[in-house]
Amino acid sequence: MAFLHISGLRKRYGALEILKGIDIELDKGGFLVLVGPSGCGKSTLLNTIAGLETITEGDIKVDERSIAELHPSKRDIAMVFQSYALYPNMTVAGNIAFGMEMRGVPADERKLAIDKVAKVLQIGHLLDRKPSQLSGGQRQRVAMGRALVRDPKLFLFDEPLSNLDAKLRVDMRTEIKRLHQTTGKTIVYVTHDQIEAMTLATKIAVMKEGIVQQFGTPAEIYNNPANMFVADFMGSPAMNLLSGRITREPNGLAVALERAGGEAIRLPVAAAMSSLAPYENREVVFGIRPEALTDPEGADRHAQFLCENDCLIDVVEPAGSDTFAVTKLGGREVVARLRADARIRAGEMARLAFNLDKAVFFDPQTQARIA
Amino acid sequence: MSAAALSHGQNNRWIGRIAIYGLLILFAILYLMPLFVMLVTSFKTMDEIQNGNMLSLPQAPTIDPWLKAWGETCVGLTCAGIKGYFWNSLKMVVPAVAISTILGALNGYVLTKWRFPGHTLVFGLMLFACFIPFQSVLLPMATILGSLGRLGVTLQDQVGLSFGLGNPTVNLVIVHVIYGLGFTTLFFRNYYEAFPNELVRAAQVDGASFFQIFRRIMLPNSLPIIVVTVIYQFTNIWNDFLFASAYAGSGESMPMTVALNNVVNTSTGVVEYNVNMAAAMIAAMPTLLVYIVAGRYFVRGLMAGAVKG
Amino acid sequence: MSSVATTEPILTPAKSTPIRARLQNVLPQIVLAPSFAITVVFVYGFIAWTAYLSFTNSKTFPSYALTGARAYQRLWRWTFESDPPSSWYTSITNMAIFGFLYVGICLALGLFLAILMDQKIRGEGVLRPIFLYPMALSFIVTGVAWKWFLDPGLGLEQTLHHFGWTSFHFDWIKNKDYVIYTVVIAGVWQASGFVMAMFLAGLRGIDSEIMKAAQIDGATTGQLYRRIIIPLLRPVFLSAFIVLAHMAIKSYDLVVALTSGGPGGSAWLPSNFMYEYTFKRNEMAVGSASAIIMLMTISAIIVPYLYSELKEKAR
Repeated sequence: MAFLHISGLRKRYGALEILKGIDIELDKGGFLVLVGPSGCGKSTLLNTIAGLETITEGDIKVDERSIAELHPSKRDIAMVFQSYALYPNMTVAGNIAFGMEMRGVPADERKLAIDKVAKVLQIGHLLDRKPSQLSGGQRQRVAMGRALVRDPKLFLFDEPLSNLDAKLRVDMRTEIKRLHQTTGKTIVYVTHDQIEAMTLATKIAVMKEGIVQQFGTPAEIYNNPANMFVADFMGSPAMNLLSGRITREPNGLAVALERAGGEAIRLPVAAAMSSLAPYENREVVFGIRPEALTDPEGADRHAQFLCENDCLIDVVEPAGSDTFAVTKLGGREVVARLRADARIRAGEMARLAFNLDKAVFFDPQTQARIA
Repeated sequence: MSAAALSHGQNNRWIGRIAIYGLLILFAILYLMPLFVMLVTSFKTMDEIQNGNMLSLPQAPTIDPWLKAWGETCVGLTCAGIKGYFWNSLKMVVPAVAISTILGALNGYVLTKWRFPGHTLVFGLMLFACFIPFQSVLLPMATILGSLGRLGVTLQDQVGLSFGLGNPTVNLVIVHVIYGLGFTTLFFRNYYEAFPNELVRAAQVDGASFFQIFRRIMLPNSLPIIVVTVIYQFTNIWNDFLFASAYAGSGESMPMTVALNNVVNTSTGVVEYNVNMAAAMIAAMPTLLVYIVAGRYFVRGLMAGAVKG
Repeated sequence: MSSVATTEPILTPAKSTPIRARLQNVLPQIVLAPSFAITVVFVYGFIAWTAYLSFTNSKTFPSYALTGARAYQRLWRWTFESDPPSSWYTSITNMAIFGFLYVGICLALGLFLAILMDQKIRGEGVLRPIFLYPMALSFIVTGVAWKWFLDPGLGLEQTLHHFGWTSFHFDWIKNKDYVIYTVVIAGVWQASGFVMAMFLAGLRGIDSEIMKAAQIDGATTGQLYRRIIIPLLRPVFLSAFIVLAHMAIKSYDLVVALTSGGPGGSAWLPSNFMYEYTFKRNEMAVGSASAIIMLMTISAIIVPYLYSELKEKAR
């Protein structure tokens, strides 16, 4: 039985339905990331777990016990907020101890607990300061300290890193991951940043318009996106999604993509993708990640279906570690990820290798994955 | 950047600057004139007033007019100065400001952090109350206060305690609390609207109750708006004349404004302008003092009251 | 943050069955209830009561027998009684003169002073409080001060005579045709500094890059203000107009203190008319009717404004 079990959860504001039947199960010690664009309902979902918003239908169970009817403070949860929500009128120590104070924990016990948490997070020297005297990263630590001191069953994080600058964000991300590894606590974490989702999660729920589009491990989500939305949302730069046509070739099925500066490219389709057969002579959406579209020297040597074609390069964007090249295929701009020292120039033809092991296909109408 | 003039030559620029400063100084003099005249007149003898120039400084400054205004001048038929009425105003202002501010803070807290369906309507109705001409409630209020007064008398006879019912000062406190609620609620609502919800949520997760959140989280972080509200209410209530003259328009319990108006309009004997001006200065002193000490908050209060919603 | 636009509670405490928890859930409403009830009774109930009285023939004391719209009929008849003017005719024509000039001059002067103050001048910190302090004074104090200042025998007139300008004559405060203009003068003196502060805040809030762009486009200072800045101050104009208009309609104290009603009641505004008729002339029904007319006038200005403000907020 799962540790956190959300079943059939719906949330309506009058006629407006924000959460349209959410089912999620997370094992003890798991790290669940809820990810999606603004307005997808991920924060609302987190708030319903916290008890800060009521639910219209369904149930939330933690450790086999329903918490849906409980007051937030009775749910044995701790929450880290986007703005950190440190009480500006209290010192750091006061902030960390406020919850214990509300629960009537004696002062000397509070003191011990504060010291313990301060040691873990290395904020001992900050205890007497007010939040306004802290830097962004320090506030973040204090907010985590306030959550840690409760020693709850479930940690909730609401976009905790979105107010930090880029470098600090990476550091704190590592810190949170380490915290998870050392404490082994169960965590639910909301973000709109798909990199955070990939790096932190043991399970990801990609949400859109109040529906979980896909629920799975980071690898599943990345390699086998359930639909075009997930494919497009996860990964940076995003997966190339281009329209193509399935044709039958002598040695099996192929997908034909229009090409700028030449006739259509025909790419063989892996034999395993038999589910494409009904789409013969029909339009499909061909999806390939930038790293599966590269210069021949940089291609994956273990790939079974590797196919090289000449493409007209529009723009070249050296990014240091890699070089990105933009070309046009199937009427859309396509990004290829090349080695940093790949010799290509804008306005010229270049040879690109397509790793078709990694290619995916979607139905243009339903947007669902075909193969 | 301000839209300062683009300079077309140094000369033009200088003429422009001189014109700007000249106009500003001229207006500043015009705005200061009445206060200046009031002030110098209050230190002059009657002789000097009748034969001298309104704008000239007092030749033999005297504080007698102030002493007379404070302790001796006649308000209606009693001639004991305005000091009693000054205290009346103070006794009315302090509780009225305190009560309306506390209620406004609670209302603002509920209307922003504990919203319920229809909260906008409730707020709208309370807000509209700020704008009504008080003439439209003057009469019913007089009737109700009359009944409360009779109830007070009855209680006094039966129980020996009137609970302040019927006392004009208590009446004015009630009236000012009621008709100040709209403003105080508006101030706190707008302030708490911008107060992070996450702090309240964090406190909830921490297990704080409705009142604990208010007392421990909201209030300690509300100092600026408390100052603004207190100043605004203090100024408004101290300066009120309509309610004061309608419900405490005569006798011992008149507030300062009514007393001042009576002093000035007392038509027995020679009009002592110097005493009148001293009395006016005394009446203006508390609000002017507040303005001088906390002008920034005073202006902010006016603005908050002006830019609604 | 992926918040969803909503009018729902920010915090909806979790449902609980025990009665105590139930009580906790409605506690916020319980706390708000007294204030709301007070507002409903003492504002809206009293307005209804006043409206009711205006349909009776109450004189010195309230009478609760409805007698139709006679009070309104009388006011309507008085509205056209200009020779000799009825008190009501005087009050509403004064209201028109006072309202138009007070609002208009305050806006114009306020904007003018704000623009002067916005020219990167030195001593702004000294000038600002000078323009604003009258707002801190009671209308009664203002009235007393200006009454003295404008008194023909002692004030400005006499002072100018002292300076040798003996032909100067200024007795508006004693003249029934001009006394209302002295109320305008004192009123403008009191409120224009505040309007200046509003405009100044508005000017300071304008994105400076817009002004830089306009200057690069070759706009002169005059054009910059006329074409760019003043149009951008529209919301401030609206707020200032609302504040001034409702202050104008509510003006009462100033007339009393400055003019004691003027010769023969010639400085009355509708608020003075209401007070006099209700409490001094024992025409309670007529007084109530005039109060209701004042309320409706203010409502016509305020209600659309509040409606649009609150609707915008709710979104």
